[in-house]
Amino acid sequence: MAKAAQPRTRKAPAAAAPKSAVSAAPASNRERPAEPVRYKASKQEMLDFYSQMLLIRRFEEKAGQLYGLGLIGGFCHLYIGQEAVAVGLQSALEVGKDSVITGYRDHGHMLAYGIDPKVIMAELTGRAAGISRGKGGSMHMFSVEHKFYGGHGIVGAQVSLGTGLAFKHKYAGDGGVAMAYFGDGAANQGQVYESFNMAELWKLPIIFVIENNQYAMGTSVNRASSEDQLYRRGESFRIPGIQVDGMDVLAVRGAAEEAVAWVRAGKGPILLELKTYRYRGHSMSDPAKYRSREEVQAVRDKSDPIEHLKKELEAAGVTEDELKALEKDIRKVVQDAADFAEEAPEPELSELYTDVLVGQY
Amino acid sequence: MAIELKMPALSPTMEEGTLSKWLVKEGDAVKSGDILAEIETDKATMEFEAVDEGTIAKIVIAEGTDGVKVGEVIALIAAEGEDASAVEAAPQAAPAAKAEAPAEAAPKKAESGTQQLVAPAARVSVADPDIPAGTEMVKTTVREALRDAMAEEMRADETVFVMGEEVAQYQGAYKVTQGLLDEFGDKRVIDTPITEYGFAGVGSGAAMAGLKPIVEFMTFNFAMQAIDHVINSAAKTNYMSGGQMRCPIVFRGPNGAASRVGAQHSQNYGPWYAAVPGLIVIAPYSAADAKGLLKAAIRCPDPVVFLENELMYGHSFDVPKLDDYVLPIGKARIAREGKDVTLVSYSIGVGVALEAADKLAAEGIEAEVIDLRTLRPLDKETVLKSLAKTNRMVVVEEGWPVCSIASEIAAIAMEDGFDDLDAPVLRVTNEDVPLPYAANLEKAALIKSDDVVAAVKKVTYR
Repeated sequence: MAKAAQPRTRKAPAAAAPKSAVSAAPASNRERPAEPVRYKASKQEMLDFYSQMLLIRRFEEKAGQLYGLGLIGGFCHLYIGQEAVAVGLQSALEVGKDSVITGYRDHGHMLAYGIDPKVIMAELTGRAAGISRGKGGSMHMFSVEHKFYGGHGIVGAQVSLGTGLAFKHKYAGDGGVAMAYFGDGAANQGQVYESFNMAELWKLPIIFVIENNQYAMGTSVNRASSEDQLYRRGESFRIPGIQVDGMDVLAVRGAAEEAVAWVRAGKGPILLELKTYRYRGHSMSDPAKYRSREEVQAVRDKSDPIEHLKKELEAAGVTEDELKALEKDIRKVVQDAADFAEEAPEPELSELYTDVLVGQY
Repeated sequence: MAIELKMPALSPTMEEGTLSKWLVKEGDAVKSGDILAEIETDKATMEFEAVDEGTIAKIVIAEGTDGVKVGEVIALIAAEGEDASAVEAAPQAAPAAKAEAPAEAAPKKAESGTQQLVAPAARVSVADPDIPAGTEMVKTTVREALRDAMAEEMRADETVFVMGEEVAQYQGAYKVTQGLLDEFGDKRVIDTPITEYGFAGVGSGAAMAGLKPIVEFMTFNFAMQAIDHVINSAAKTNYMSGGQMRCPIVFRGPNGAASRVGAQHSQNYGPWYAAVPGLIVIAPYSAADAKGLLKAAIRCPDPVVFLENELMYGHSFDVPKLDDYVLPIGKARIAREGKDVTLVSYSIGVGVALEAADKLAAEGIEAEVIDLRTLRPLDKETVLKSLAKTNRMVVVEEGWPVCSIASEIAAIAMEDGFDDLDAPVLRVTNEDVPLPYAANLEKAALIKSDDVVAAVKKVTYR
């Protein structure tokens, strides 16, 4: 599986020419969002996307290393391979105005929203300086200041919660929109559809994002989903769906433009299916026996989102040296975060009892 | 012989209702299916249809009459061929007999074991220290008290809103939200689809974003579908975020056994939620506590599970007439003072404990009754102080015995009050079975005051 499959063709050959985005055929003459076009980024925007994706990649590689050294415990789900999704989508949002919520594979979404890598890494190592003071861990991180609402460990819960964030935007009339990410696995949870129903019924400003990385832990989409073209999952709720090549950051950003315009105009929710791929296991403890090494390698070789953009940058005249300098800066940011996360002290034992309740009773 | 039309029972817990409107008048011919009257029950306004054919001979109860008991004759129908004017005399006996009728009418209406729970309701014998002396008291039902609490808080804070099934246009499945839609509009009083998991999540998300939702579950039995959000999303957020992200939400609705609704609709979730750190759990008995604590719950920065009781909704209590009557969360109330034994209870069990205390008083045993009011955090101090005074304790709980609030109280007495105990702590709880439907079995499964009396005699060695 390489790039976005053609819709309505379950066994599309990997080499099938990918369209950057495909939307569901209109079921009626209802208004639909326009066909997204690939985003025409300036050289500077491309450099920004590139450095954000690279930051996520290097950060996650480092997290994997620290996990191997026993500095990070529990579950740790890496975002490697999926970088174009968070970067492409969230670059179209306004930090502090628009809300973002996701599941447990959350490091990339935080970095893409400009949250300090140090406090994220320190949370992974369970230190007092972590964004959740060491009490949340990899799956439970939040930044209310950025309007990043987690970081949720229960598969699908963030979809209802995200609908609640959109409810707040509408209730307060603050002009913000909510973006709720979930995976192809969560797409089969019942509460997702309960939320779709309410979101469309109440015309809530929410972008539902299915990050289809092809595997729900070890179960491929085709083994778990009767309708495997997940962008169609909103149709019976009248939520328009668009399928997007999630390995192309500019295609992702193009789709985001369309989705944000639709939602901000008060037309209700929209559903984006991002076809993407995770290079690593579901979590650090996943041996990934359900797919072949060749399959993973083929995606890395042919569809890597960072390599993809690198070529475009070179074509736009960015030199090898400039890219190397950028890479060096990012490695330093990540190393500093790792050093910080290793050196920062663990929480005081008294922290065990704080933050259970806000009030005194 | 004229046909007697009797006040119908239109809900399982209805004991009386208001005959709001007659849609027929004397002399009208009626046939089966005609709508005769509108009757307001404890839950809703219902239409009352004719079953028999004939002519309305006499309207016995005028429209607008409140408190018409179930089973009371409200009109007479002359059957075909019968002279409508001739039936005049016959009905005179009926209303007279009705004075002591409820008991008589009982065999006709379906009996319920829950009668043993509500019979002693509406006793509160010790003045609440939180109420200033000389405050005027107003008789208020628990239902109205809850509604007033929500309305007052909604007036005071724009971010408070109510959502749930049938809370708006229908005016509440149990009429608790009656009138709120009219006052606050559909932006703040929101009917949801039947989708507990979904709207519990939407409410929790809105709370995380800074609103103060009141999420009504039609009953807490249905909240089982939503318990993931109550616990995993609402209760744990503040801790997991290191105090950064809050979830100030109230989940409220009726809890515990209702009347003859069987196992899936009759369960006390108090012990379930009270087991979870990060939650506040409140289960009031009286209308005053319902009001004061619901207001406190709505203002609370933490997530609150507010457990009401359907059987108590229609019961009236004195509620202090104060502009802003807010009670402290986490404080038990001494509902009756005594020196010989402590009865600890909450919610509907308090009425049972108070009835038992009356029976015990007649035998010379003075029981102190503690209404916990808040189940989490539990007011250990009040419980242990009373134990130190009486040296004997019985816990009364309308719920299952295993891993119950009663078990918790017994453990607290063991761990922190061992030296004060002159007898083991006993638990009077429902039987350890799913609640049966049959009236006699239901009666046998639920707590009753005689069981409390028997337990007290054991611990007092009488």
